Amino acid sequence: MSALPRTGGVDFGYRSGTLRSRLLSVRVPLRVLGVSALLLGLAIAVAVVAIRYGDYPLTVSQVLQTLLGGGEPFHRIIVLDWRLPVAIAAVAFGALLGLGGAIFQSITRNPLGSPDVIGFDAGAYTAVVVVMLVFGSSGTWSIAAAAIVGGLATAFAVYLLAWRRGVQGFRLIIVGIGVVAMLGSLNSYLITRADITDAMSVGFWSAGSIARVTWASLTPSLVLGTVIVLAAIALSPALKRLELGDDAAVTQGTRPGPVRLALLVLGVATTALVTAAAGPIGFIALVAPQLARRITRSAGVSVLAASAMGAALLAAAHLLSLLIAQVYRSIPVGLITVCLGGLYLIWLLIRETRRQAGAPR
Amino acid sequence: MTAHPPRLVVEDATIGYDQRTIAERLSLEIPDGSFTAIIGPNGCGKSTLLRALARVLTPSTGRVLLDGKAITQYGSKEVARRMGLLPQTSLAPDGIRVADLVARGRSPYQSLFQQWRSSDEQAVAEALEATRLTELSGRLVDELSGGQRQRVWVAMLFAQQTGIMLLDEPTTFLDIAHQYELLELFRTFHDEGKTIVAVLHDLDQAARYADHLVVMREGSVVTSGPPAEVVTAELVQEVFGLPCIVAPDPVTGTPTVVPLDPRSVAR
Amino acid sequence: MTQTAPAASAPPRPGLHRRRAIGLVLLAVALVVACLASLAFGANPLSLEQVWRGLTEPDRSEASLIVWTLRIPRTIVGLLVGAAFGVAGALIQALTRNPLADPGILGVNAGAGFAVTVGVGVFGLSGITGYIWFAFAGAALATVLVYLIGAAGRGQVSPVTLVLAGVALGAVLGGFSTFLTLIDEETFRSLRSWGIGSIALTDLDDTASVAPFLVVGLLLALALAGPLNAIALGEDLAASLGTEVGRTRVLGIVAVTLLAGGGTAMTGGIGFVGLMVPHVVRWFTGPDQRWILATSAVAAPVLVLLADVLGRVIARPGEIEVGIVTAIIGAPVLIALVRRSRAAGL
Repeated sequence: MSALPRTGGVDFGYRSGTLRSRLLSVRVPLRVLGVSALLLGLAIAVAVVAIRYGDYPLTVSQVLQTLLGGGEPFHRIIVLDWRLPVAIAAVAFGALLGLGGAIFQSITRNPLGSPDVIGFDAGAYTAVVVVMLVFGSSGTWSIAAAAIVGGLATAFAVYLLAWRRGVQGFRLIIVGIGVVAMLGSLNSYLITRADITDAMSVGFWSAGSIARVTWASLTPSLVLGTVIVLAAIALSPALKRLELGDDAAVTQGTRPGPVRLALLVLGVATTALVTAAAGPIGFIALVAPQLARRITRSAGVSVLAASAMGAALLAAAHLLSLLIAQVYRSIPVGLITVCLGGLYLIWLLIRETRRQAGAPR
Repeated sequence: MTAHPPRLVVEDATIGYDQRTIAERLSLEIPDGSFTAIIGPNGCGKSTLLRALARVLTPSTGRVLLDGKAITQYGSKEVARRMGLLPQTSLAPDGIRVADLVARGRSPYQSLFQQWRSSDEQAVAEALEATRLTELSGRLVDELSGGQRQRVWVAMLFAQQTGIMLLDEPTTFLDIAHQYELLELFRTFHDEGKTIVAVLHDLDQAARYADHLVVMREGSVVTSGPPAEVVTAELVQEVFGLPCIVAPDPVTGTPTVVPLDPRSVAR
Repeated sequence: MTQTAPAASAPPRPGLHRRRAIGLVLLAVALVVACLASLAFGANPLSLEQVWRGLTEPDRSEASLIVWTLRIPRTIVGLLVGAAFGVAGALIQALTRNPLADPGILGVNAGAGFAVTVGVGVFGLSGITGYIWFAFAGAALATVLVYLIGAAGRGQVSPVTLVLAGVALGAVLGGFSTFLTLIDEETFRSLRSWGIGSIALTDLDDTASVAPFLVVGLLLALALAGPLNAIALGEDLAASLGTEVGRTRVLGIVAVTLLAGGGTAMTGGIGFVGLMVPHVVRWFTGPDQRWILATSAVAAPVLVLLADVLGRVIARPGEIEVGIVTAIIGAPVLIALVRRSRAAGL
């Protein structure tokens, strides 16, 4: 086993580590690996600190003690039963959203590509609006089921409508736009005609919050999430081949049609999972891959870095939402991801264009 | 010419896009170990034919045979190890560096757990060496000139280590020095035993470098054979509509096309 | 993405010219029909004779009142705002070369929405007359901010950066707006109706004050059509043809702000028009920006007015806002068209 700053005979222009054994050989760019590990570590640390806050504030040492097995029984209930699932959700859901966004942006070759391109978010929202406003039901499981069914049905419909001897990126985007617009109209209609209290509770759901996550809703999500991550890892070589264009992909041994479909399903599945458990948490799928790319200076979209960035973003947003709740009022984490993610992206864009000032175009 | 059977054969194939048929009932053999150039006027179906050979397009009738077996019966990775394509336009991911892009050519040999064996590393190093990109291997592809960038794509194809290389208009948009530099590179590949099939738009270059020409017009093969036999003034007139004389190249002796002066023809 | 070969554009075929001209004439006729329909139909359908009498002999009769106080204002708004959004959409798609781009992508909708939210939630304003200038100012400020973020000291902006900056700022402002609406029921109530898009909100006075901005925007857009054509061929080629690329971009953004900002201030933003109409128009007229802009300017109001009429007729005696109906009738048309194999990308 060896880890070298440069791989033997080839200069890649950046430092990478090579691992070569009988069963496994892999080369990883060190910056991507380092940044991802850092972001993931940050995400976990922040999530742990967030466990402090709530109706019964705890100190960091109390939290750590309880997590490590000790602590008073009352603290154990607060930390392990109530707040730990939320903390885990912050990291896991954030990573899933980052993963989904990376997959979609790679397939659509568009920095605006996100699972909502295929109409998923809009479909989930419509289904929940219908369930909450028309049927008057607001139980967690009925909302979760509605979100998944609505989202998947919409994604499926968009895919079918865009299918004409295969699916091209442009047609998929346009059909997605059309379907999202129609669903959006329907949502607007229902929201404006509904009773104001009902409409506001839909509004709250749509802001996205992980505060309601319990072990009961988290465990199936984690199991499914692991399956999704493993599938994504298995498909990542095919994803890289698709980046070069369909012709090049075919000649390197990949069939673009089936692979793209599988990746789409994965991307949609990530959003479905999170939306079902927490409501729509916006912007992370869109922003995490872009931020990750700029920080790691990697080629194209890096799935690993995007996931780690997503986890860090959601964990930070979660902590912020709890801190604000201490001094002002409770704000759904979805609103914070949107504002945080947006502000960070703005800052990064400014820095990037400033750095390029003076460089020849 | 070697006596080996042709590795690539097209049998009675009809190829097209959606509703448009480009070539009907085409039959063709690519001699093993040859440097074949496919030439013809714009829209004659050269690129379409090449893409059918590369398995990017599937013929609606007829078939393409690779090493005696229908190409559709191979697993895609198996085909990718025997035959590689340099497409006419390719997309490079933003921010990718030369060595990374060349390394992508190794993907038919990589699996989930084996992604960077020493054979992969060696193949990439050889490819960079062969295309004289070793000093540039750490640079961003976006920052290279057109000629250098095309060499990177060729290096990626070379790293794929296939016996057959399909090239779709590889010299278009390059300046003259880089065009010939690239063609010389293909010639060295050919000398090392690879079968090259290139769509070229320049007749003189095709005649100079290829040992087997395939001339196409409006979706069918007009004729094929060695350049000295194929490139005649009558053929150029018939296929391209250009009155000319064909003279031997002063340096290599291969046929070159010299158009007649329309002003003196009128007299 | 790095591509090795740009494609050259071919001159239009002779049949295309005739088809475009006929198309424009047909659309103009459709526009007149749509205006008449807008005046005639609704909760109280009027015959054409009644409309004519109401127009030419204004008196205290019910028909005359309906025509003058209710329907003419909204028809005028529909015309102006429809053209504004259609042209703004065509401009933004030409400027950013991204099929996902709509006029709101530079932050217009988010800026206007945020300003209105602040106006209602913080200052207690109410009614469109109260916050129409807030909305316009918010839209303009947001676009300026987006441009500054994208330019950040360099002067020239890449389309990708502009789009990302617009999305980023839009998200931030949207987040703040949502927060303000969720903490106060009154704000929520006002905002949920405003953002949908309705051409019935503005009276003639407000329309008259905002209209000049829209007209300036339209003229500016038409003047930019030529340079935009050149830019579509590639920036270097455009520069060699004498086009000032940077200036065209800035003026284009100004035009989008005037058009989309004014339109949003008046109606709350009619979604989908700016996104769909240019796509559909382009598939029929080809890539010449002069034709795309001119045809969009006529086609978009047709869509808006017909959608408005439909919304009034279907839900008698109430009405469905035009912003809802445009998507419901526009989206299937868009999807059907993109499924034709001829439909090419940008």
